[in-house]
Amino acid sequence: MEVTTHDIDIQSLRKRFPVLNQKVNGKPLIYFDNAASSQTVDTVVKSLIEFYEKDHANIHRGIHTLAERSTKKFEETRESVRYFINSSEADEVIFTKGTTESINLVAHSWGSVNLKEKDEIILSQIEHHSNIVPWQLIAQKTGAKIKVIPINDRGELIIEEYEKLLSPKTRLVAFNYISNSLGTINPAKEIVTLANEVEAVTLIDAAQAAPHTKIDVQDLNCDFLAFSGHKMYGPTGVGILYGRREILEAIPPYQGGGEMIKDVSFGGTSYNDIPYKFEAGTPNIGEVIAFKSAVDFINELGHPVIESHENELLRYATNKLSALEGFIPIGTAKNKASVISFLIEGIHAYDLGQFLDAKGIAARTGHHCTQPLMEYLGIDGTVRVSFSVYNTKEEIDIFINALKNIISKLR
Amino acid sequence: MNQIKDRQEAIIEEFSMLDSNMEMALNYIIELGEELPVFPEEERVDENIVKGCQSKVWLTASFTDGHILYKADSNTAITRGLVSLLVRVLNQSSPQDVINAEIYFPKHIEMDRFIGTQRSNGFASMTKQMKMYAVAFLAKQGA
Repeated sequence: MEVTTHDIDIQSLRKRFPVLNQKVNGKPLIYFDNAASSQTVDTVVKSLIEFYEKDHANIHRGIHTLAERSTKKFEETRESVRYFINSSEADEVIFTKGTTESINLVAHSWGSVNLKEKDEIILSQIEHHSNIVPWQLIAQKTGAKIKVIPINDRGELIIEEYEKLLSPKTRLVAFNYISNSLGTINPAKEIVTLANEVEAVTLIDAAQAAPHTKIDVQDLNCDFLAFSGHKMYGPTGVGILYGRREILEAIPPYQGGGEMIKDVSFGGTSYNDIPYKFEAGTPNIGEVIAFKSAVDFINELGHPVIESHENELLRYATNKLSALEGFIPIGTAKNKASVISFLIEGIHAYDLGQFLDAKGIAARTGHHCTQPLMEYLGIDGTVRVSFSVYNTKEEIDIFINALKNIISKLR
Repeated sequence: MNQIKDRQEAIIEEFSMLDSNMEMALNYIIELGEELPVFPEEERVDENIVKGCQSKVWLTASFTDGHILYKADSNTAITRGLVSLLVRVLNQSSPQDVINAEIYFPKHIEMDRFIGTQRSNGFASMTKQMKMYAVAFLAKQGA
């Protein structure tokens, strides 16, 4: 069934994001920085308040009513996430504080016992620093080497070059599902299938993908997948790591502390089962519980409706921007999410971003935590606008007019 | 020293007329940047780049008759305007006056509100670099 943007009552939906209804620098806020963090839906905020007003207690430890209640709700989110990514069991869902921590967990716990000198880790040219630096750290400790999948002029991974990098030395392939800087949607399943042929472990950074597109870890057949709550209308401080059971069971814990143990003595400690083995200390309980409302929100709208609306905004904005003199798109992948990185000839990205802010438009400027990509492209950074389900064509029109005004001033 | 204070007071007064309007303030900063003397192409080199700025800022200084003459430029229009404010405040002052100068006008014009924290940090780097030149000239003067 074809879905159209008419399937969303956008004005009612926007009312569920009270933050959008404000003026910034005297102008109505237009929030186009969704790839960095999306706004929080009202049910998430309500859930957070409810937790702190009614249910606050530590989880998995007490036998009292509040502890039981918070534990039950915490585990309900785990089940909800399991369903969201279609993992076969909830124990494969680990809560962290964000995608970055999820990737660090894998690099540390998996990497420390599975990497040795001359082993190879394959990353791509368009990775976020959070999917580069953790691997550099473990590579330095173990002597493993990092190889990089190059990109073509459109900002797409060159799969033939990736195939050439794969070898029996490849121990891990880590890549993003959708590029935060360029919006490129990578052929995740194909990348995993090719990695599996050399028996390499795979990790998908799905931080940008989770709010936009349906994720099915069984279909993708990946070993690890990481994403964050705050990019999917949820709270900050909630990250998810999906890991395949047999791998999670075989690798050591990431951090030590409460919750992650079975028995502790000074003679030795035995660790808890997964997922608790990887959840040392008190987690962001209220935020994890509230995150379920964000997952529910996406499920209720449905990824096809969200994708359709965002793709329509992407098409509309790309057409309008392309008509501007001096518009230089950075990243023109055929398969692209609602992220537009660009430059305007003769005007620095920082100046554009600052003036947009003065006009109430929140855009991102800079390297977007992808310095190796910017270096490869030979630029300091870009202006990036990224659209979400609550954005409208009217907002894009205002943005384009603002841009025209700024260009005429700065040229 | 009073000269540095007077110039800062003048900037504060100019910005007070902009009525805290961010866009007007940015427009004004850009206009000020356009008035900076042309920066010599041969001095647009890496060793003249101020470290700690998000955008590129070139800064040089010369010392004649007991006074410092600063020259600056940037690859972004807003930063060029910002550095022009500092040049205006500190130019033609003695090294000792530059070293002793308290740069208070950014706080009074609420600069971080319209340029953000990161750029404000860059502004602090520019100030530091200008003072470093003054320290070097003072040492040279005393030698």
